[in-house]
Amino acid sequence: MNQLDFEKPVLELEGKIAELRHMNSDEDGMNIAEEVERMTAKADRLLQSTYSKLTPAQKVQVARHQNRPHFKDYIVELIEDFTPLAGDRNFAEDHALIGGLGRFNGQSVMVIGQEKGNDTESRIKHNFGMTRPEGYRKAQRLLAMADQFQIPVITLVDTAGAYPGRGAEERGQSEAIAKSIESCLRTHVPIISVVIGEGGSGGAIAIATANKVFMLEHSIYSVISPEGCASILWRSGEHAQDAAAALKLTAQDLKSFNLIDDIIDEPIGGAHRYRTETIHNVGIKIQAALDELSDWDKDKIVKDRREKFLKFGRDI
Amino acid sequence: MNWLTNIIRPRIQSLVEPKEVPDNLWQKCDACEGMLFHRDLKNNANVCYHCGHHLRITVKERLALLFDGGQYEKMDIPDVPFDPLKFKDRKKYSDRLKDTRSKTGLKDAMTIAKGTIKGQPAVIAAFNFSFMGGSMGAAVGESIVKAAEEAIKTRSALIIIPASGGARMQESVISLMQMPRTIIAVEMVKENHLPYIVLLTDPTTGGVSASFAMVGDIHIAEPGATIGFAGRRVIQETVREELPDDFQTAEYLLEHGMVDRVVPRQKLHDEIGTILDLLMNKKRTPSAPKSEQEAA
Ligand SMILES: [Zn+2]
Repeated sequence: MNQLDFEKPVLELEGKIAELRHMNSDEDGMNIAEEVERMTAKADRLLQSTYSKLTPAQKVQVARHQNRPHFKDYIVELIEDFTPLAGDRNFAEDHALIGGLGRFNGQSVMVIGQEKGNDTESRIKHNFGMTRPEGYRKAQRLLAMADQFQIPVITLVDTAGAYPGRGAEERGQSEAIAKSIESCLRTHVPIISVVIGEGGSGGAIAIATANKVFMLEHSIYSVISPEGCASILWRSGEHAQDAAAALKLTAQDLKSFNLIDDIIDEPIGGAHRYRTETIHNVGIKIQAALDELSDWDKDKIVKDRREKFLKFGRDI
Repeated sequence: MNWLTNIIRPRIQSLVEPKEVPDNLWQKCDACEGMLFHRDLKNNANVCYHCGHHLRITVKERLALLFDGGQYEKMDIPDVPFDPLKFKDRKKYSDRLKDTRSKTGLKDAMTIAKGTIKGQPAVIAAFNFSFMGGSMGAAVGESIVKAAEEAIKTRSALIIIPASGGARMQESVISLMQMPRTIIAVEMVKENHLPYIVLLTDPTTGGVSASFAMVGDIHIAEPGATIGFAGRRVIQETVREELPDDFQTAEYLLEHGMVDRVVPRQKLHDEIGTILDLLMNKKRTPSAPKSEQEAA
């Protein structure tokens, strides 16, 4: 999963370049340097041509790439004094959804989002970003706190979907998601959402009912996974590629229907190659959005969000 | 890897609602296999008179049962853009939609009607499960917005009756956006201090259960109705957990604190009417005390 099949020619070139760089022959020094330069240029061209025409199914793979920056990576780069706040005050702490106070470019913010984890241990701890009711109830609590202290909210969406399990159902997964959407709608401070990887259905919209919704260039947002859609509508998971195309789940698709506010560029080659640069781009976009909303009064913020979502389906 | 889905596989075989005049005068109860005579079944609100199992009911019959004297005024459901995503699986969504429309005589999976229940004005938005499994797309969302607006305009209670497998996949993210949208609709009703009652019927799952259906002032469920977020099959295949037989039934949700009441279909008019009367008619002449009533 760490290697994308369609990146294979690029990866092979990159491997050769790395090998060449390790060769240390004095007489051939010049030749090696030239060769490295030539191959690097070729790899760049290959990457450019590959990434300029990714299919929806390939975007799904990129959006799920393990090396793609996750919630915690954004926190490290963008947020000072991050202070995670745990628990829903009812039942448990859900590590799939992290939330807390912090400072973004000097401004106090509430940051909420799913963390998928980056190795076996952390993936299990964070339940692969699949949030349980307690996570959504923690989000509701933190949204209310942000409202209370007039602190803007940043949400980073990255989940395959809400967790489907017995306990989650018994403790009201549906109610938790519905109330989380309701909490977003009731919040009198700006909410800025960025889909950084996967925007998986109800589990995503629960924290993405925002004033501004952005998607990274190679992220996806869908009502169902392509695999799930294929197994229902095509009666076979093998049609996941067809489903990925039919679902119009890419950032470019959503933008074309005006379902999101904007797309945030990823450097050519994707966020999994250029992690810091990607996070930096996200930071710039969030700051611009916060600046735009900074002088809105609290009623306008609520009204704007409402009107924005009321339009979806009516005017498309 | 198994993927979670908000959508229950549509039960193709149950997509066709019982006809007005059955070809066969007798049918078997799905639950107890007892034989049911069509007229007796109809007189019993499509509830099995052997075991109490609630069979599916048409929206027309449902509205007649709920409104006073079976009288109500049907409202047109609003127009929305037709298949904006140009969705195609093995069949074009536009064709599927046209076929379903001609087969059912319905425009989409929603019926809106207004009338009174025990004298209190009410707008009902009821899902038609026979229309693509009652799935929620833009037309359903827009209908809920319209029903909410009508309730506010006429100072009526809003009652929504889901019977839906969840989101309409063929509308992808547009269907997902109906989750916040329908929550906004009922929020407007609440801001006007009008009652918003959800009557959960079989099935209420996926994106429908995770939006307007779980933020009612009062949640009433029909006995035996399946209500939940992820489908039973999805849970079993994804996380392989043992599930009790009554998992995600109305009674199970009552035990887990998610619904206020489980009410048999024959009593719905009376119970909903009493609740609306209590919420909307806050002072009335007291009845005579119980003891005097008995003495008389
Ligand atoms: Zn029976």
